[in-house]
Amino acid sequence: MHRRMRTGERLVAAFLGGCVLFNYPLLSLFDRAASVFGVPLLYAYVFVAWGGLIALMAWFIERRGE
Amino acid sequence: MLGGGMIVAVSLLYLGLLFAVAWWGDKRADAGRSIIASPTIYALSMAVYCTTWTFYGSVGRAAVSGIGFLPIYLGPTLVMALAWFLLLKMIRTAKANRITSIADFISSRYGKSHLLGGLVTIIAVIGIVPYIALQLKAVSGSVTLLLGYPEIVMPNRSATLPVAADISFWIALILAAFTIVFGTRHLDATERHEGMVAAIALESMVKLVAFLAVGVFVTWGMYDGLADIARRAGEAEGLRRLMAAVPSGQGFTGWFSLTLLAGLAILFLPRQFQVAVVENVNEEHLRRAAWLFPLYLFLINLFVLPIALGGLLHFAGQGVDADTFVLTLPMAERQEWLTLLVFIGGLSAATGMVIVETIALSTMVCNDLAMPLLLRMKRLALDASEDLSGLLLGIRRGAIVLILLLGYLYFRLAGEAYALVAIGLISFSAVAQFAPAMIGGMYWRGGTREGALAGLSAGFLVWAYTLLLPSFAKSGWLPDDFLTQGLFGTELLRPQQLFGLGGLDEISHCLFWSMFANIGCYVAVSLLRAPSAAEASQATLFVDALRHGRPAGAALWRGRAEIADLLALVGRFLGPQRAQAAFAEYARRHGAADPESLEADAELVHYAESLLAGAIGSASARVMVASVAKEEPLSLTEVMNILDEASQLRTYSRALERKSAELTAATRELKAANERLQELDRLKDDFMSSVTHELRTPLTSIRAFSEILRDDPRIALADRTRFLGLIVSETERLTRLVNQTLDMAKIESGHADWHASEIDLKALIEQSVAATSQLFREKGARIELDLPDGLPRIRADRDRLIQVMLNLLSNAVKFLPAGHGRVRVALRPCADGLEVSVADNGPGIRGEDQQVIFEKFRQVGDALTDKPAGTGLGLPISRRIVEHFGGRLWVESAPGEGATFRFFLPLAPPGGEEAARETATP
Amino acid sequence: MTKKILIADDEQNIVISLEFLLSREGFQTVVAQDGEEALARARAERPDLVLLDVMMPKMNGFDVCQALRADPDLAGLRILMLTAKGRETEVSKGLGLGADAYMTKPFSTRELVEKVRALLGM
Repeated sequence: MHRRMRTGERLVAAFLGGCVLFNYPLLSLFDRAASVFGVPLLYAYVFVAWGGLIALMAWFIERRGE
Repeated sequence: MLGGGMIVAVSLLYLGLLFAVAWWGDKRADAGRSIIASPTIYALSMAVYCTTWTFYGSVGRAAVSGIGFLPIYLGPTLVMALAWFLLLKMIRTAKANRITSIADFISSRYGKSHLLGGLVTIIAVIGIVPYIALQLKAVSGSVTLLLGYPEIVMPNRSATLPVAADISFWIALILAAFTIVFGTRHLDATERHEGMVAAIALESMVKLVAFLAVGVFVTWGMYDGLADIARRAGEAEGLRRLMAAVPSGQGFTGWFSLTLLAGLAILFLPRQFQVAVVENVNEEHLRRAAWLFPLYLFLINLFVLPIALGGLLHFAGQGVDADTFVLTLPMAERQEWLTLLVFIGGLSAATGMVIVETIALSTMVCNDLAMPLLLRMKRLALDASEDLSGLLLGIRRGAIVLILLLGYLYFRLAGEAYALVAIGLISFSAVAQFAPAMIGGMYWRGGTREGALAGLSAGFLVWAYTLLLPSFAKSGWLPDDFLTQGLFGTELLRPQQLFGLGGLDEISHCLFWSMFANIGCYVAVSLLRAPSAAEASQATLFVDALRHGRPAGAALWRGRAEIADLLALVGRFLGPQRAQAAFAEYARRHGAADPESLEADAELVHYAESLLAGAIGSASARVMVASVAKEEPLSLTEVMNILDEASQLRTYSRALERKSAELTAATRELKAANERLQELDRLKDDFMSSVTHELRTPLTSIRAFSEILRDDPRIALADRTRFLGLIVSETERLTRLVNQTLDMAKIESGHADWHASEIDLKALIEQSVAATSQLFREKGARIELDLPDGLPRIRADRDRLIQVMLNLLSNAVKFLPAGHGRVRVALRPCADGLEVSVADNGPGIRGEDQQVIFEKFRQVGDALTDKPAGTGLGLPISRRIVEHFGGRLWVESAPGEGATFRFFLPLAPPGGEEAARETATP
Repeated sequence: MTKKILIADDEQNIVISLEFLLSREGFQTVVAQDGEEALARARAERPDLVLLDVMMPKMNGFDVCQALRADPDLAGLRILMLTAKGRETEVSKGLGLGADAYMTKPFSTRELVEKVRALLGM
């Protein structure tokens, strides 16, 4: 029960964190003509942050079963 | 190879395959072996979210606004993080109330209102029509393109063609037929379609594979990886901005609006509600889907920007629509198989969306629009013998055809003026209007039917005015000056700068005004009056959906009904066989032999109503049930009482559980206490018996000697003197005994007086030794003292400690061997206190007796010595005195080696304050 | 012929008073201070009657009584039990074990002498 509550709290934290990551003003930091390994910076940032968020959610949800 | 025949053959083959999967899925479901009972399938079915908008349109959007296509997928990702709360609550509520559509959900929440259900249905149908048009446009576009293979010819304005010659018209009809076969083969109370879900999951796989294949082909086949595309785009004027600027020209407001819209759409799009809530087989699946579905979105978007940039580079200046890049790039490279795969992928995206969306909408149209109207016709309601299940199916099928034709109509009217994504966003904005009534309904008890009606109507009107009508105007079906000069030439009413609000893109503009009106009206009107009885009871069912022990729907119904009437009623809508089976199932669950033996109580009435709710919607179901069951309406007070009672019952049952646990504990304690009491009783009995015995013994001597002296006056003087001396000493013994017994009783009952003061233990011991020196001299024994100076003083009762010392010393003397006895008294400091020892060289005490001597009246003598002349209370009293000051008294001895009594006293006694207080008030 | 009486009690002063009382009445007295000694004296001295205290060290009066009754050599022995515990159970237990009579402490010396005489058939 306690564990389940924790998972819920973590997911809410992931949601709030995601809201900040994918919005102004954080987004504007990467909104410039630069690239990472040839990939445009903004594009790289959004996808890395997105992938990271999904991985985090998966981790929160799946480790609960252990 | 690619040609008209081939395209038709492949398409039909693919649709045939889907149908086979669906058929197999339904068969397995009927056999109770579901093939969709997996979180992965569940997540894939949610991916029906990705339509041709995603498949073709994202690239088009990216070609215009860089990563501006992404909020549509970031929003759902964020919402899925909250799925465990939001979606779970929706699933629980829907299952508990047999809710089969979003219109039913809202209507049921606000007191099973027909009006509300109808309004939601109208909004949903009108709002979704552009979305369906989008699919038709994409599929017909892709077919037209393929027909031109290997040339890449952009489709002509289809509006110029007669309807019969228009591919999209035929596509719409084929999709309608397919959907009818898929979704409306029979009626089910739960309105679940396992086969359809399986087919949708397969389609999701196909479109993902197809899109990734194109992405890989463009990125590494046509170009030399991501970096290469980015470098080339960076060199091309006009493409550079796509890689940086967030959503071109719209700024972060647009970005935020799209994220929010998409987040709401994933919850409230009729098809998403259908797959995520209605088709959910196990709420545990939600957990894994919460990250699997976002992962799907992530993957399908990986190559959008490379394809967009690749297409823009490849077709620079050729006038190829970016919405078609996914298809035209493989075509341009003469990749026939890849082209075909992409076409199938696009077809998957479109059919998946159309099937689920139209099934969901047709359910709504049937249950929340058609049924209420039919119920108004008295003739229908009265003719109870008629089986209506066929009629219901007919309505649904008609609705499917109608919706697709409306989609086609919108496509003909407005389709060409907009890119795919722009059309989709119009639908998203319409669906977002459900959010206040839905979310408010799930978390706020105060929302009322009028509030929801007002909010939805206001939001919907604003949406139509600011987004739908302009889309017609832009296509030339409405006068253009409506846009530029506003309604009736009033500038303030310009639909896309309403009240002069400028600087926003049209979506953000519409979102702001519609939500402003929607939420404002919903809250304001709801607050006008208190919820009615029906609203309050439904609000509790919805708001408390995740709480255990909430009142069942049956608790809120009171009345009488006949079982046969109910069975016939359900039979009319579900078909007699299904109704019979459902009632038999209910009877089995309740341990009755057959349905006829059941009692038509509130629970059965509720069951029948929920069966009907699946087929005709909760509002109609309530009306129908009311026609056969004599319901006694509950007043608001009564409903509140029931709800109150339920919550009180919850509280009571929790309290009862607690009480029960407490009682068990108390019983245990009582038992233990009783045992302790019995033990005490036994001890007291023993004590009394011992005291009696100890008292009778000296009394025996006294009486015997007295009688001897009385009866015989001629006794010799020497004997006379001796006997009188014995009488006196026995009397003294008796007095001592009485005193000590009283003393012991006082200490044990806590009534003893204690007078604590600072004590120099050395001086106290010396004083005690001096008092007993006579005894030692008589026995010819030696006493040695080892009492160091300068030890700290302790706080204790002086007289009591002297009593202890005297006791130990006189005890030692008693057992000393005559003539060479030796007692050693020592005082030494130890951790936190002082320790006193009194060691003798007497016979010692056997191990088993070392405890016994501290018990009352338990003297341990020895055959060789006389019986000790004590009362048997000295040591027990001494031990209690020492313990009272937080110390310990014990003995160390071995037979033949003397005995050493020791006691320890702490420097700071635990009861120090208590002792001090007792001193103050003796 | 003088009758011989064994006094078995661990209370010194009670023994003194009983010795004096019975000697004055013309009986011959023998003394034992505990249960074991009482048993040994009874076998060695062959008394006509035993005044047996219940609460004695080493071996209580009941056990002594039982042992005496189990000894065929001591068949004619009279046993008068004395106890400071006057409860009914003690009385019936003593009588059940073969005691001829029972007296609770403190006792009337006159009654005691009468009882002794009665038991000895005098």
